[in-house]
Amino acid sequence: MTIIDPTDAVPAQRPGDHENTGPLLEVRDLHVEFQTREGVVKAVNGVNYTVNSGETLAVLGESGSGKSVTAQAIMGILDMPPARIPQGEIRFYGKDMLTMGAEERRKLRGARIAMIFQDALSSLNPVLSVGFQLGEMFRVHQGMSRKAAKAKSIELMDRVKIPAAAARVNDYPHQFSGGMRQRIMIAMALALEPDLIIADEPTTALDVTVQAQVMDLLAELQREYRMGLILITHDLGVVADVADKIAVMYAGRIVETAPVHELYKRPAHPYTRGLLDSIPRLDQKGQELYAIKGLPPNLLKVPAGCAFNPRCDKAQDICRTEFPPLVPVTEADGTELPGRASACHFWKETIHG
Amino acid sequence: MSEKTIERPTTDEAAIAKEIEAEEKAAARQASLLRDGWADLRKRPMFIVTSLIILVLLALAIAPSLFTARSPFSDGFCQLQNSMTGPSSGHLFGYDVQGCDIYTRTVYGTRNSIVVGVVTTTATTLIGGLVGMLAGLIGGWADALLSRITEVFAGLPLIIGGLLIMSIWGGGDVWSVSFIMAILGWPQVYRIMRGEVIANKYNDYVTAARALGAGSWRIAFRHILPNTLAPVIVITTMNLGVYISAEAALSYLGIGIQYPNISWGVMISDAQDRFLTSPHALMFPAGALSITVLAFIMLGDVVRDAFDPKMR
Repeated sequence: MTIIDPTDAVPAQRPGDHENTGPLLEVRDLHVEFQTREGVVKAVNGVNYTVNSGETLAVLGESGSGKSVTAQAIMGILDMPPARIPQGEIRFYGKDMLTMGAEERRKLRGARIAMIFQDALSSLNPVLSVGFQLGEMFRVHQGMSRKAAKAKSIELMDRVKIPAAAARVNDYPHQFSGGMRQRIMIAMALALEPDLIIADEPTTALDVTVQAQVMDLLAELQREYRMGLILITHDLGVVADVADKIAVMYAGRIVETAPVHELYKRPAHPYTRGLLDSIPRLDQKGQELYAIKGLPPNLLKVPAGCAFNPRCDKAQDICRTEFPPLVPVTEADGTELPGRASACHFWKETIHG
Repeated sequence: MSEKTIERPTTDEAAIAKEIEAEEKAAARQASLLRDGWADLRKRPMFIVTSLIILVLLALAIAPSLFTARSPFSDGFCQLQNSMTGPSSGHLFGYDVQGCDIYTRTVYGTRNSIVVGVVTTTATTLIGGLVGMLAGLIGGWADALLSRITEVFAGLPLIIGGLLIMSIWGGGDVWSVSFIMAILGWPQVYRIMRGEVIANKYNDYVTAARALGAGSWRIAFRHILPNTLAPVIVITTMNLGVYISAEAALSYLGIGIQYPNISWGVMISDAQDRFLTSPHALMFPAGALSITVLAFIMLGDVVRDAFDPKMR
């Protein structure tokens, strides 16, 4: 399934990577399910995406759409059990991480693939100074001495624009503001200059002005290091300036993929359209804000056919019976639209109608 | 790789070096919770008073010969003709039924009480802490198994357990008493430690540490352990007093420390028959015991007030 534009530059290879080829990260037909008392919750049902070096993929979706679970599966930090990955591949430079040994995977984490979490306060250890936690990256992965690691920590804090880094390196997480804490999380993820960073709603816990600063910082650092970035969010406003391409998830599946501006211009899935329509706009001042009606589906019993059908205003009989596969989206005259795909029976009507 | 190398010409190397030096001087500063607690603790008058009492007790335990010219182990220490003589100028606490100087015996008894308290508390904290941490970290069947084993020990009352073990192995010195109390006492620390580990191990910072490549050992000891320490420190301090009084209780019943080892519990037991005629023989060792236990329990109390975040 070619969903995402493969024409990007060949990834910059690190020394020692000669045996591994392929894009930076390739997720193929990933399934994740959770064993619960009520039954098996299918959180991710066949997700495919590719991220190349220097590219930003935004994964968009409501709570429970499986976007974070996918990220955790990539990081290998799912608690198994109850989680299970019945099928799928996660290829990092062509090498399947799901078949790797635990130790090999651990060495990748932090060094080659790092993650930024949503809530920086709870993601930083409250009883260790930020300098210690930052320095830990160097001590664990590179065996650096305490002194050298401390110096590196200060340098990193400087890089993420924390004022008076040298004076604050021994402070504890609770002594920092929310934005500063998120910068520290970013610094930790960046520490070893990983090839891929997964940012799981990095700005959700921040206020709007700080959100913009943090996103700008992230984008700037990403350009500088030429990292791949997976940006998980439910905020369409955040991704517009930063992302190269977008994958919209719903009920554990990707329902639409598109280059970022195409998606905003012409969504090819009613769900994406609904998301876009529910962004407050100045020219609609005084009108009632659109909202997608209903709730995300219960993953224990996903509706038959298209999972979105109970909430979709375009739903017809076929949507309730037949599952729509993710198909390439073309212009009305049949011209290919690279990187675009939609999982809707009526994508033609949605995009062109 | 080359485009990733980042030049940082603006960093002030000297400032960093200075900062590091200052930090080294401040030594390995402990967790903020502990540090805050310590700052709070130092200001409490109760802490100062109990600390002073405990310092005196420690001095008595370490060097009893500094506080009395006599030795309870020397020949002729006990003179039967002095039996039950009351306090006098040379013998402030008087004599017991064997004609031994109560002051000297009380002073020398401090060491056993303190040693039993410290050894038992250390042992229970280590055993309970380690096993509790294992159970909390591994969870699942290991947790279930360890918890059931713990309940076996926790279900045994101290007196009955003490009687049982003493009658099998004998004993009568500080080590055997400490051993028994440690065997029967560690479940308490186990429960606290296990609960704390479970409460902490699902925290986001543990996931974050894992996502950044920390291994299981590092997560257990560097990330989870420091977060569990405060309640363990509190219970440990309290337990010092609790185990000292438990030792006296066991010795009083004749299953703890036995002659020729000196124990306040044994002294109390020996003096109780003649309490109505010569109360001094009971009151001085009992007073020493009360002060010691009170000091440790009050210390535990102030430590709890200072460290328990819920009480701040």
